[in-house]
Amino acid sequence: MASGVSIGNGSSAMLEATGIVKTFGTLKANDNVNLSVAEGEIHALLGENGAGKSTLVKMLYGSLQPDSGEIRWRGNKVSIPSPFAARHIGIGMVFQHFSLFDSLSVADNIKLSLDREFGKGDVAARARSLSVDYGLPLNPDSIVGDLSVGERQRVEIVRCLLQNPSLIILDEPTSVLTPQEADNLFVTLERLKGEGRSILYISHRLDEVKRICDRATILRHGKVVGHCDPRQETASSLATMMVGTSVAAIRRDGSSSKGEVLLELAAASMPAASPFAVALRDVSLSVRAGEVIGIAGVAGNGQSELFKMISGEETLSDNGSIKMMGKPCASIGINARRRLGASFVPEERLGHSAIPQMSLTQNMLLSRHGSDRAAFLRFGPVGLIRPDVTLRATKRVSEAMDVRKVGDDPDASSLSGGNLQKFIMGRELDRQPSVLVVNQPTWGVDAGAAARIRQALVDLARNGSAVVVISQDLDEIFEISDRITVIHDGKLSAPMTASEATLEKIGLLMGGANPGHELPPAPDVAHTDAHDRAVH
Amino acid sequence: MDMFQNILITIATAATPLLIAALGELVVERSGVLNLGVEGMMVMGAVTGFAVALSTGNPWLGMLAGTIVGALFSQLFAFLVLSVATNQVATGLSLTLLGLGLSGMIGESFVGQPGIKLPNVEIPMLSELPVVGKLLFGQDPIFYIALALVFSVWWFLFRTRAGLTLRSIGDNHDSAHALGIKVLRIRYLAVAFGGACAGLAGAHLTLVYTPQWIENMTAGRGWIALALVVFASWRPARVLAGAYLFGAVSIGQLHAQALGLGIPSQLLSSLPYLATILVLVIISQNRRLTLINTPASLGRPFVPDR
Amino acid sequence: MRIELSKRSQQSAWWQLASPFLAFLLTLIAGAIVFAALGKNPALGLYYFFIDPLTELWSLHELTVKAGPLILIAVGLCVCYRSNNWNIGAEGQFIMGAVLASALPILAPGFQNFMTLPLMLLLGMLGGALYAGIPALLKARFNANEILTSLMLVYVAQLFLDWLVRGVWRDPKGFAFPGSIRFPPAATIPEIIPSQGAAHYGFLLAILAAIIVWFFLGRTLKGFEVRVIGLSPRAGRFAGFSSSGMVFFSFMLSGALAGLAGISEVSGAIGQLREVISPGYGFTAIIVAFLGRLNPLGAIMAGLLLALTYLGGEAAQQSLGISLRAVRVFQGMLLFFVLACDTLIIYKVRFVGTRKTEVVS
Repeated sequence: MASGVSIGNGSSAMLEATGIVKTFGTLKANDNVNLSVAEGEIHALLGENGAGKSTLVKMLYGSLQPDSGEIRWRGNKVSIPSPFAARHIGIGMVFQHFSLFDSLSVADNIKLSLDREFGKGDVAARARSLSVDYGLPLNPDSIVGDLSVGERQRVEIVRCLLQNPSLIILDEPTSVLTPQEADNLFVTLERLKGEGRSILYISHRLDEVKRICDRATILRHGKVVGHCDPRQETASSLATMMVGTSVAAIRRDGSSSKGEVLLELAAASMPAASPFAVALRDVSLSVRAGEVIGIAGVAGNGQSELFKMISGEETLSDNGSIKMMGKPCASIGINARRRLGASFVPEERLGHSAIPQMSLTQNMLLSRHGSDRAAFLRFGPVGLIRPDVTLRATKRVSEAMDVRKVGDDPDASSLSGGNLQKFIMGRELDRQPSVLVVNQPTWGVDAGAAARIRQALVDLARNGSAVVVISQDLDEIFEISDRITVIHDGKLSAPMTASEATLEKIGLLMGGANPGHELPPAPDVAHTDAHDRAVH
Repeated sequence: MDMFQNILITIATAATPLLIAALGELVVERSGVLNLGVEGMMVMGAVTGFAVALSTGNPWLGMLAGTIVGALFSQLFAFLVLSVATNQVATGLSLTLLGLGLSGMIGESFVGQPGIKLPNVEIPMLSELPVVGKLLFGQDPIFYIALALVFSVWWFLFRTRAGLTLRSIGDNHDSAHALGIKVLRIRYLAVAFGGACAGLAGAHLTLVYTPQWIENMTAGRGWIALALVVFASWRPARVLAGAYLFGAVSIGQLHAQALGLGIPSQLLSSLPYLATILVLVIISQNRRLTLINTPASLGRPFVPDR
Repeated sequence: MRIELSKRSQQSAWWQLASPFLAFLLTLIAGAIVFAALGKNPALGLYYFFIDPLTELWSLHELTVKAGPLILIAVGLCVCYRSNNWNIGAEGQFIMGAVLASALPILAPGFQNFMTLPLMLLLGMLGGALYAGIPALLKARFNANEILTSLMLVYVAQLFLDWLVRGVWRDPKGFAFPGSIRFPPAATIPEIIPSQGAAHYGFLLAILAAIIVWFFLGRTLKGFEVRVIGLSPRAGRFAGFSSSGMVFFSFMLSGALAGLAGISEVSGAIGQLREVISPGYGFTAIIVAFLGRLNPLGAIMAGLLLALTYLGGEAAQQSLGISLRAVRVFQGMLLFFVLACDTLIIYKVRFVGTRKTEVVS
């Protein structure tokens, strides 16, 4: 190993990456990126979706190799050919999409990431004591597939800490946590920092970056566009640096005059369809014309099941437990519900709301062949597709939502996440649905597209439709909802108006606190605050 | 009593190739790869084993050659599925079709020739025990290899770190890749092991079961082995039980044919196939259980981003 | 050296057309190597395999006789595989279609009029469809793996046919040889130009089926449903399509076409039911389907090519003494190369050497 000494912007740099370039095909994911992380600091890496954050940290962790550029570790030039090498020199990582194995136990999951030197002896016992020590309780014998998202993250963190890393990379760690769980995480991070470790903290949440980070590097379109001390900045100045332009705030003017109830769930229940699915229990909700209802919740608490139940991807035997436009519809399929005037947008774009290998016109047909049969098809039962009509509809939608694409009718896979989501949203809005149910409308979407989509949702409601938005993004929930409810373990809390809802109240409900009733049974530290909480 | 023991021995002989081939495929599937080419690798092992034994006069060399050729032949599948990311179902099928064709061509000149049988391993004293002596201590060598494999595969999968790594890839290859585990390399090895097992199972057919070469003599045993893996919910000990159950069915129908009960021989011959279907139906019916047991990335292509 | 794949943002239209040709070319090269290894002249071997059968009129007729069933079966398999249902038991459905339809001339030899043949064709489709309905039911209702069940049913069908022609349906005047009575003219598919060769109307039936299914897959809602469910069952549910309905639909459609091929072969080419009525058409058709890129029109071309290998195998055997079994080796290799080349449609392939990086496409 070379023994040169770093002469960068300070001798205390633990990690220093200079001139990093990484190209995928024609996309420059990282273009001459410089990053320096000092000893004992929490360093934020800020940027929008697709700015190149994940690519950069994958190279620091050895999962990807840079095309050019150099990495220095404690002053020495190093190459990091694999995650094993990264862990060996003291770099640990906590992934956003956890790199866990559902069918294996917590102890086995931990063993798999430990290299020979750490993997000896009783891993389970060490994991247990370390997790207690850091206030991250874990049972090494449980099967990971049965754990909640927060618990899974603890497995990732404990697994990382067991190797005693000097630098810990955390990729969007709070996107799956309740605000209270996030607070606990920040306590842990402060302690780690106090132990002299450095933390590279990736996020697009500006408040928390301002709160815990010492320095920030901002990426945009693969390039570093600035460094700053986030404590000296405002959230909006950070946002402007991240996005490049200032993003328009959502207009919610106009009184939300409540009309009749268009969507009603009356104690609807649905059993779990598979071992790791969530059962929905007595879900009740009524949504009026003109309002946006936001359903908050931590991932994996029944959001996708709720979407399936309302959309009719899964039907119920009790037809009356769901009503749309006043008509019972719980046992009719998704197309019959669309014909009643409802539209649906699921969470996953690729392979659920759109088929990547198919063209946009075919994707147009995907959700609308039933509701727009008269326009899109001819010859009755033969069902001959009319390519001219679907193409016109595709053009109309693309213009209305400003979908950027190459050619008139490219494959869905060639669109960026934001543009594809705009197309999908536009496909449904084009029908002027009376009821719209959306799961995670802006997940993985750039800020410009997200703003446009949120505005469209608000506008749809203002024009007299009932809109349900299921989202894990609390900022989004607060930005567009008239009323807010929380899904936890397959149950829905009583909705509260946006003005009575606070981040704290919603966060507690997300953690499972049951207002006005007993304490939640979970041993989670985050939940203990529930006791002090004033109810209604 | 002797007749009873003889029946048991024939059952063991019928079960052994199924057991070995299924254990090999079990390891392959535990790593997340579905190789439908078992039949093809098996028949390649069968013809090579026979040809080498006959031309060298040494059945042990035949056994070894069958095993090696099975492993080599499997690498054709591995290359396509792992390095070129082709569809696993179609590629496995083509391995079977190619194996059946190639073996027919290689074996053409051996049709009708008497083969050489692997000598039985007789443990002195013990093999003369009443009832179970011959069954347990006087069998062909591959019988013992098969039993040893049951234990070794179990021990490897559930008691070693390498086995844990292999299972982790079958559960989630993306996670494994993110941790730096060499997904493709381990899968190549797993497929080679599966191929070696299938080759050995095939060699058993021509060196022990019926020491001669007949075209397509595997007669669907490779497919039955695949079904056994599902039946066993990817657990080695259950493969043992399943293989002996199928051995019993196929020997039972042979005895029934010999007795001449007036049942059409074709109906009796189709019993192993019908039993396979029945067993698949019974075991798959419980979707929940199937979902829990099936390696989650089974059959999904893996292309690492670079 | 190793291979690196990176996903294309858009499927390559060029490779969609070119990949079957590249696969064929590679098969020719590999075939030449095999011939050389067998000590035969490679050029001569390839000539007899792929060109000689095309030089004579009677053998062109034979080509359509062999291609007919391959195309019919493959067209059905296109629908199956497109919808991600793995029917590999077409051989069994072929047999059962032939059996059910043969019941008419065998059990009611007196029933001979203009309705006989159409009825037999319908019975053939029904037999194949019902037999394919078994693995479909087992998959949709009991979640049983259709690959294994459909294949097991091939063995069962073969044994059943064997039992019939050696037992209850054996021609009493057949000198104890297995086989049914020969079909009367009214139960025989006529030859197209009897003076020239053996080509019968079954081939035209196959072409017609290919065109209809091609139109159906590309232009109708049901065809769209097939493709959607095949690409993503989840998106299929979102579109309101039923996956289990598709299991039945695709299996029974392909079973019906395989059954039609079966009766067309028995009634058009053989003229009676025998203990073996197929040289593995049901399995070869899998190769045809993939070589035709799961497109029914492609299946016509691929069916003719695979039929050519059957004839070429015979020619090469007679002229050069090359084993007839080389045919199946050729067919197997062809499928391998087709699958490998199809990767080029979805991925960019790079060969990464130890030193330099070379971009191929």
